[in-house]
Amino acid sequence: MAKEKITGAMAVRRALEAEGVEYVFGMPGGTILPIYDAMFGCVKPQQVLIRHEQVGGHAAEGFALATGRTGVCFGTSGPGATNLVTAIADAYMDSVPLVAITGNVATSLIGSDAFQEADITGITMPITKHNWLVTDVKDLPRILKEAFYIARTGRPGPVLVDIPKDIQNTEFEFEYPDSVSIPGYHPPVREEPRLKDAATLVRGASRPLIYLGGGVRTAGAHAEVAAFAELIGAPVVTTLHGKGAFPETSPQCLGMFGMHGSKFANFAVQNSDLLIALGARFDDRVTGKLSTFAPEAKVIHLDVDPAEISKLVTATVPLVGDLKRLLPQLTEEVRRLFAAQGRPDLEPWLKRVEAWREKHPMKYTQVGQKYLLPQYVIEAIWKKTGGKAVVTTGVGEHQMFAAQWWKTSGPRQFITSGGLGTMGFCLPAAIGIQLGRPGELVIGIDGDGSFQMTLQDLATARDLNLPIKIFILNNLFLGMVRQWQELFYENRFAQTPLSDCPDFVKLADAYGCLGLRARTVEELDQVIDQALANDSGPTIIDVRVRRQEKVFPMVPAGAPLNDMIDGE
Amino acid sequence: MERNEEKPNGSSHTISLLVENKPGVLHRIAGLFSRRGYNISSLTVGPTERPDYSRMTIVVLLSTKTVEQVVRQVQKLVPVVEVRELSPQDLIERELMLVKIRTPERNHAELRALAETYEATIVDVSPDALVVEASGNAGKLDALEDRLRAFGIQEVCRSGRIALERGFKTLAPPSLK
Ligand SMILES: Cc1cc2nc3c(=O)[nH]c(=O)nc-3n(C[C@H](O)[C@H](O)[C@H](O)COP(=O)(O)OP(=O)(O)OC[C@H]3O[C@@H](n4cnc5c(N)ncnc54)[C@H](O)[C@@H]3O)c2cc1C
Ligand SMILES: Cc1ncc(C[n+]2csc(CCOP(=O)(O)OP(=O)(O)O)c2C)c(N)n1
Ligand SMILES: [Mg+2]
Repeated sequence: MAKEKITGAMAVRRALEAEGVEYVFGMPGGTILPIYDAMFGCVKPQQVLIRHEQVGGHAAEGFALATGRTGVCFGTSGPGATNLVTAIADAYMDSVPLVAITGNVATSLIGSDAFQEADITGITMPITKHNWLVTDVKDLPRILKEAFYIARTGRPGPVLVDIPKDIQNTEFEFEYPDSVSIPGYHPPVREEPRLKDAATLVRGASRPLIYLGGGVRTAGAHAEVAAFAELIGAPVVTTLHGKGAFPETSPQCLGMFGMHGSKFANFAVQNSDLLIALGARFDDRVTGKLSTFAPEAKVIHLDVDPAEISKLVTATVPLVGDLKRLLPQLTEEVRRLFAAQGRPDLEPWLKRVEAWREKHPMKYTQVGQKYLLPQYVIEAIWKKTGGKAVVTTGVGEHQMFAAQWWKTSGPRQFITSGGLGTMGFCLPAAIGIQLGRPGELVIGIDGDGSFQMTLQDLATARDLNLPIKIFILNNLFLGMVRQWQELFYENRFAQTPLSDCPDFVKLADAYGCLGLRARTVEELDQVIDQALANDSGPTIIDVRVRRQEKVFPMVPAGAPLNDMIDGE
Repeated sequence: MERNEEKPNGSSHTISLLVENKPGVLHRIAGLFSRRGYNISSLTVGPTERPDYSRMTIVVLLSTKTVEQVVRQVQKLVPVVEVRELSPQDLIERELMLVKIRTPERNHAELRALAETYEATIVDVSPDALVVEASGNAGKLDALEDRLRAFGIQEVCRSGRIALERGFKTLAPPSLK
């Protein structure tokens, strides 16, 4: 790229242009004004004005998770930057590629408790892959190049670049580098010598199980996973972030396991003799009590992050590298071994799994109920849309109902906050998703509590005329916490009723959005049609559901995975 | 099948790091150790043969399993170019110690003799105080410190350990050699 003499602020614009950034979510303020000024009138990237920086962060996450491209957000110094913290932590926990750019006070003022000064690099050090405080404008092009590179490569994650105002105003000879050279950062690319060992384990297993996580989505390895699963014929379970890594509509898929997984999926895990974990990290929500997790299973663990290997569960055979690159090699090794030695007989195992599925199906009964059940609502939306939608959620019971009942059939169709579990994720994520996937149906399954954490950004969704449809499963409760109080705190509902809920229909109206309400099966039927027909802007649907419906099955925190309670 | 739930008791491990000499690096490393609950018993940092890199030596009291995990986590920090646990057999480790002792002049001769057995030197003498300087491995310094206690220790300052491995092996990755 040719050299040009420009300011640091303009250099930011040039870098974002060079990186092909489409949207930047943010709000201006004193110390980031030069950058906003440099972006004035810029068509690509387009600026999206959010009403709270946390929303900007989550919207950038939604965009990234829906497209596989890096999300970008801006914040001014001090409160603008600290408002980004929750979203950055969320992106860190869920491995979402995110570049956050903040303004800061002038270098001469740093460390003096200046107006709106916050040590945002210090604050975000534990929740970023890396961050930078720019102290010399000449470093800016290299740092921005490295920031985008680090965010998206290896195990993706958030990075933050903090740029003092005087650096933004300084003119220099700008040239954007074509490549990076970071001595301490090398995503694994080496050959994996243990593939044969892994294949031997697969050949020797009689009760194998494929355990898919969010890494499949990151790697874009759905086709590779499908080929592997077809070859070995083992049942498939997924994590919350693994939803869509393998079609849940296929009989080979047992769906989500873990704390709120199905009984049959959890039984399969606990009884397997080989777990093949692909891009998953043995989170405590999926393992239950660790010392009792899959007690008879050997473990093949394929992950791009070496630090995930044997962190919680010791891998019998670790495979370190990108799934998309390594899995086909493993498939080939297994194919060769099967050709030479025949296939293991999985029939007895498949029969056992099938028996569990028949004996312990996921179920609910709407018929005869006075109130709508959340499970029914989700299935009703699924049926009307044929499941052809990108779904996002808040955090709580509604999220788990969505995970259990929304059958996800393909990649990047189920986007939720898993690792941090951030209430308020749904609306912001829906904004980012819809921008990243224009023309596709974007559905939010939200909770009344979660929705109220970020609802001010209905204004943003309205501004952009985004046809998102947010179904609030309104139980007038912080339901998931209430569920724990019912089960473990003798129904003492300390601070969980949300009975003074605002009128969401009027609220939607106040923001210029379409507001709808449903209380019965018949109303729901109509309201879904109305929502799906509204293409002119956001629709908010207040769905009144049975207030104390609980999510089952449930593995109490710290219990073994096969100790599920089911409320019967 | 091992599930790494209980953290077994630890032993002493020496981890050596080559890091980019940039602001905030120490903060990043110390922060990682504290937030993941890895206890540091000693940490030193200093310049190397190249001005743009520093070497850190960190001694931790952890199980072997956990140390492997620590090394992998530390390796993920972008300014960390290389990190390895140094093998205990090949370890050359040294520490520097200064001890201020307040003791009447009549004891000085005895002190000098003691210092000599530990290859320590007396680097400052005033009428009722002196400063002993010693270096060596931690065990030797612990022993000396113990012996000095009887004379009335006022202050102890120890540098923490630095370490290299015997032989030709180095920490720097091929790209830096
Ligand atoms: C209320 C609530 C309840 C929950 N209950 C459950 C539950 O019952 N069941 C459940 O599963 N989850 C549940 N979760 C989510 C849970 O907390 C974790 O977020 C989730 O299980 C982690 O998913 P994962 O293991 O797929 O890892 P992710 O966090 O998605 O991590 C992905 C892994 O893949 C690796 N990776 C990334 N890219 C690649 C690549 N290219 N190649 C190879 N590897 C790669 C990464 O290094 C990482 O190890 C719940 C969350 C909430 C908020
Ligand atoms: C920011 C944040 N604060 C608190 C929590 C703890 N928490 C988890 S679920 C939940 C209740 C969510 O209520 P709602 O959104 O109405 O969903 P419901 O469980 O009722 O479906 C709370 C308070 C959280 N996850 N995130
Ligand atoms: Mg609720």
